[in-house]
Amino acid sequence: MKPRVLILHANGTNRDQSVAYAFNLAGATAEIVHLNQLRAKEKKWSDYQILVIAGGFANADVLGAGKLLALELNSFFAEEMQQFIASGKPVLGICNGFQTLVKGGFLPGFAALQPQATLTYNALGKFECRWVTLMPQSKNCLWTRDLAEPIYCPVAHGEGRFMLTEDKLLKTLKDQQQIALTYADPDKKLMDAEYPLNPSGSIASIAGICNQQGNVLGLMPHPEDHVLARQHPRWARGERGFSGLPLFINAVKTV
Amino acid sequence: MSLPIYRFVIAPLSGNTPHAAALRQDAHVLGFTDITQIACHEIYFIQGQLTPNHLERLSNELLHDSVTQTCTWQEQTLAETAQQSIEVVLRPGVTDPTAAAIMQNAQLLGIDTINQVTTGKRYQVQSKQPLNQQDLHKLAKRLLANGVIHYYALGNITVSFPAYEKTNQPIEIIPLRQLNDDQLMAESQQRRAALDLAEMQAIQTYFRKHDRDPTDVEFEMIAQTWSEHCSHKTFRAIIECDDGQEIKGLLKTYIRAATEKIAAPWVYSAFVDNAGIIDFDDEYQISFKVETHNHPSAIEPFGGANTGLGGVIRDVLGVSARPIAATDVFCFGQQDCDPKTLPESVLHPRLIASGVVAGVQDYGNKTGIPTVNGAVYYDAAYTANPLVFCGCVGLAPRASHPRHAQKGDRIIVIGGRTGRDGLRGATFSSMTMDAQTETVAGASVQIGDPIIAKGLIEVVTLARDAKLYNAITDCGAGGFSSAVGEMASECGAEVDISVAPLKYPGLAAWEIWLSEAQERMVLAVPPHKLEALKNICQIYDIELTDLGHFNDDKRLLLRNGSQVVLDLEMLFLFDGMPQKKLRAEKSPRSLALATPFFKGGYSSTPPAGKSFSSVPPFEKGELGGILLSLLSHPNIATKAAVIRRYDHEVQGATVIKPLVGVKNDGPSDACVLKPLETKGQRGIVLANGLNPELGKHDPYLMALSVIDEAIRNAVAVGADPDRIAILDNFCWGDPKRPETLGSLVAAARGCYDGALHYQTPFISGKDSLNNEYLGSDGVRHAIPPTLLISAIGIIEDVDNAVTMDLKTPGNCIYLLGETRAELGGSHFALCGGGERGSEVPTLPQHAPVLYRQLHQAMQKKLVRACHDLSEGGFAVAMAEMCIAGRLGAQINLTNADVVTALFSESNGRLLVEIREQDCVVFEKCFTQDLAHLINKIGKVTDDEKLVITHDQQTIISLSVNELVTAWQVNP
Repeated sequence: MKPRVLILHANGTNRDQSVAYAFNLAGATAEIVHLNQLRAKEKKWSDYQILVIAGGFANADVLGAGKLLALELNSFFAEEMQQFIASGKPVLGICNGFQTLVKGGFLPGFAALQPQATLTYNALGKFECRWVTLMPQSKNCLWTRDLAEPIYCPVAHGEGRFMLTEDKLLKTLKDQQQIALTYADPDKKLMDAEYPLNPSGSIASIAGICNQQGNVLGLMPHPEDHVLARQHPRWARGERGFSGLPLFINAVKTV
Repeated sequence: MSLPIYRFVIAPLSGNTPHAAALRQDAHVLGFTDITQIACHEIYFIQGQLTPNHLERLSNELLHDSVTQTCTWQEQTLAETAQQSIEVVLRPGVTDPTAAAIMQNAQLLGIDTINQVTTGKRYQVQSKQPLNQQDLHKLAKRLLANGVIHYYALGNITVSFPAYEKTNQPIEIIPLRQLNDDQLMAESQQRRAALDLAEMQAIQTYFRKHDRDPTDVEFEMIAQTWSEHCSHKTFRAIIECDDGQEIKGLLKTYIRAATEKIAAPWVYSAFVDNAGIIDFDDEYQISFKVETHNHPSAIEPFGGANTGLGGVIRDVLGVSARPIAATDVFCFGQQDCDPKTLPESVLHPRLIASGVVAGVQDYGNKTGIPTVNGAVYYDAAYTANPLVFCGCVGLAPRASHPRHAQKGDRIIVIGGRTGRDGLRGATFSSMTMDAQTETVAGASVQIGDPIIAKGLIEVVTLARDAKLYNAITDCGAGGFSSAVGEMASECGAEVDISVAPLKYPGLAAWEIWLSEAQERMVLAVPPHKLEALKNICQIYDIELTDLGHFNDDKRLLLRNGSQVVLDLEMLFLFDGMPQKKLRAEKSPRSLALATPFFKGGYSSTPPAGKSFSSVPPFEKGELGGILLSLLSHPNIATKAAVIRRYDHEVQGATVIKPLVGVKNDGPSDACVLKPLETKGQRGIVLANGLNPELGKHDPYLMALSVIDEAIRNAVAVGADPDRIAILDNFCWGDPKRPETLGSLVAAARGCYDGALHYQTPFISGKDSLNNEYLGSDGVRHAIPPTLLISAIGIIEDVDNAVTMDLKTPGNCIYLLGETRAELGGSHFALCGGGERGSEVPTLPQHAPVLYRQLHQAMQKKLVRACHDLSEGGFAVAMAEMCIAGRLGAQINLTNADVVTALFSESNGRLLVEIREQDCVVFEKCFTQDLAHLINKIGKVTDDEKLVITHDQQTIISLSVNELVTAWQVNP
């Protein structure tokens, strides 16, 4: 049986359809479910093997992107979230979903009372939509560990700059294989790419991180926007490849 | 009752934020050059009985991000005037999603003692010399606070929460029957109804016949229904021309007439519904609507543009379609305009531009609709009257849009609540602006809530698929009055206005009925389907209210509780308006000479950007420099900074993106969409044509040119020329001036001739007249006649789409079409090159056939790149292809006149790149009569240099780097 993917829809979510499309292509059965349907128990968390918090502007990003959705998840579904994550099921937060996972304390998942990481306003202070190259880094993350090549896909956000309260936490992230994806120069494949290759000005060019267990991934760019050859910005020049699809396949094949 | 008010200040840990830098830059442009920094902090005022623990939790868990910000709080005390700071707070009643979110989410923290919240910003100013009070006030008014939606104070502001009037406002009876003509006009003016004497007399006659006087609700509804904005009376008026012709309505005679004559079988709905609808494939139809939101954007750019886009999104929802793309076209004043020359109460063009772009960004991105096509145009004539065109494309299953409310259907409103926002917007947009406009019309500005709009999109598409309604329309200009009125126009309705959910109490009946509060849709729902609709609304947190029912009384009966406040015959409301009679004079050759326009007239105002450093006649060695100047001209230079602010990838359908080429930065002629849910390979093409510079010279020829440009752009990426539909948006001055109306008539005639020439039907259109500003100096400032043509086309197979970037060295370059000495209204002339006989581009007779044959070549995959020639002519188009491909070209021109060859803006021309081995087959795609229009002019080279020769002499030799640097002057 195909694995079932729960794609959360909050008020303002807008990449749920695209990410459902990507998971269906990857061999899963995706279902978009509004938070209210889960609250009314019309839908059950336990029916799903993969959880996705899709991109968009849940609650209009007021008081900080992802903040209010994180508050809702922690208020209504603390137990369900905890169970889903602890059981090792794949969990993915893209863009607004990544922001939600970080603001809610699910990522990086340090056991600290005060938040030690955040996603804040891009260094240039602007929302930007542009294509980026992502290098898979973590061998521990179930979403990225088998990726053989970089992913080429767009970012579209204004609050994607990953920041930590202390420099030493960066070393912790590295040591624990929690840096899942970094922005890279497609020609040089270097770490520490600068603007515009790293559009938000994230520290250490971080585009995505995972939890220590490796089953929860959050990333700012949109691999779901590059799952077909014709979505590549230079397909008319004959360029192909570096699709985002393998990332989704990676998770689907683990369940 | 005096509950404490707590004041939270949230400051970034790092003071020098990008926002602060942008504010400083804006301050410098406005003349505050001493300012070294403007730090911006958020302030939240929270009223309620809160414990210290509550305050701490609010701070830590809701209001700030401790990784990047600090948060301090204290109880609000009496104002203290700290030096060098300005605090700005939203006026009561202005949509404030942050305040609403704080109220709502505090409850999740277990805090339910919050009474009210308001939000604002604190600006801390640092400058070389401290600013005096007067300068601080000036800074606040010019940059930081928009009086329409904000109030401010120097130092710490003291907020107070308004106690809203809970009593019902009484209904006013207007004693219209006894008024003489002068008094009628005074009444129209006092109520800002924008009705003329004949219209006022018609109302008077109706009520004399019914032996009573109208209520204020009735009068306001008639004024709205008969407004220029809602009834397009100028476009329906009888026009007597000075050449003896009598035109029985511009819309009927020219625009609709063209559509009817072309009678394309794939046009499903033109000029009938909220948006034009054409067939896409066997399963789907696509709809398209473009509107302007000029007046609101002039006084509050963010909100104006925000709700401009919101309006067209609802128009598309109003034809039961899911919005799949947005377009935006802007005309602004010069960005480096000297603030001292600005008329009173006119915002600086730079602030208008940044506010408008932010407004579209906010609404488009948050509703998840990709903004994929547009244009930005700069001219001093748009300083006081910026133009903001927003478009939206929808996708829906074929014939899934029900249009007829049935007797007994409930009148259901879903979405946002009703407040005083946007009152009299319909009549406001039908008036000339003046120095008082900002204060008087403040209520006419709306602020949108894109998240509710997103919820409406979900609800309406689900309700459509479940067939839960018999008719649907949006609350746009005129609010309920317009929406319910139009839906009931063929049957009748009874409404109880007292049940409408309000943002705050105290609204008079006419205010509720006319309010233009955003994000509301009205549906005609059979009673037995109401429960199902309620269930859907509940999932998406969309409020639903039952306002009444449709009947077959042919009248509209409106109650406020038990009191009848409006009782009008539908026939009078929709057909009772006397047809306007207007007089038109043939417009002189150059309008610029005849009418007093923006200070100095737009004819003599130096154009935005730099003029050429050299003067005509030009030496051959100077032509390269001229090309670089043109590439840097704000109308031609890259718009990437705007394009990247919009999410053009959401929904995954953007196959040809707004930026193309080897570095994803070349200017695409049009965009191509292939929606994920449609089968097969078919795609949608979106393009536009706009050229106000030609409007100044000859409105008739401008219309022909922009129609050609829109079609040409669509064809350049691969649209089938026989499957393109177009939309018109006329933005003009006051049509009561015969010469202004004359220019409008000329443009409408151009639309007719152009549409027939290409066999391209109009499917929708809109006009925005009275784009004039009456300065306190008594001079009328008008915009140049401006016609936007938006094109929507079909491409049979998206894999055959073509981009404009050069692909491979060694390939051949062809110039298609005929280059004539047509430099009138060109950007070459605008920048000081001289008009060379001032011929304005005319209609290229050959173009329709040329486009069809080129399309055949594209379908055979023979065309590697294609780019249309527009502003800046051949030289700019060729340079753009080099830039996008980061490749050079070796070109040989043979025209007699080198300036014409390089810079003429003749219509109907395209550049294409063809593989050497395909050249013969490519040329054979064209019939013999077009052979002279197919000219091989050069090759793509790998030396990254654009070299153009003429008469065996090199006239331009520039590296691609030089071209890129010039074109990306503001990356």
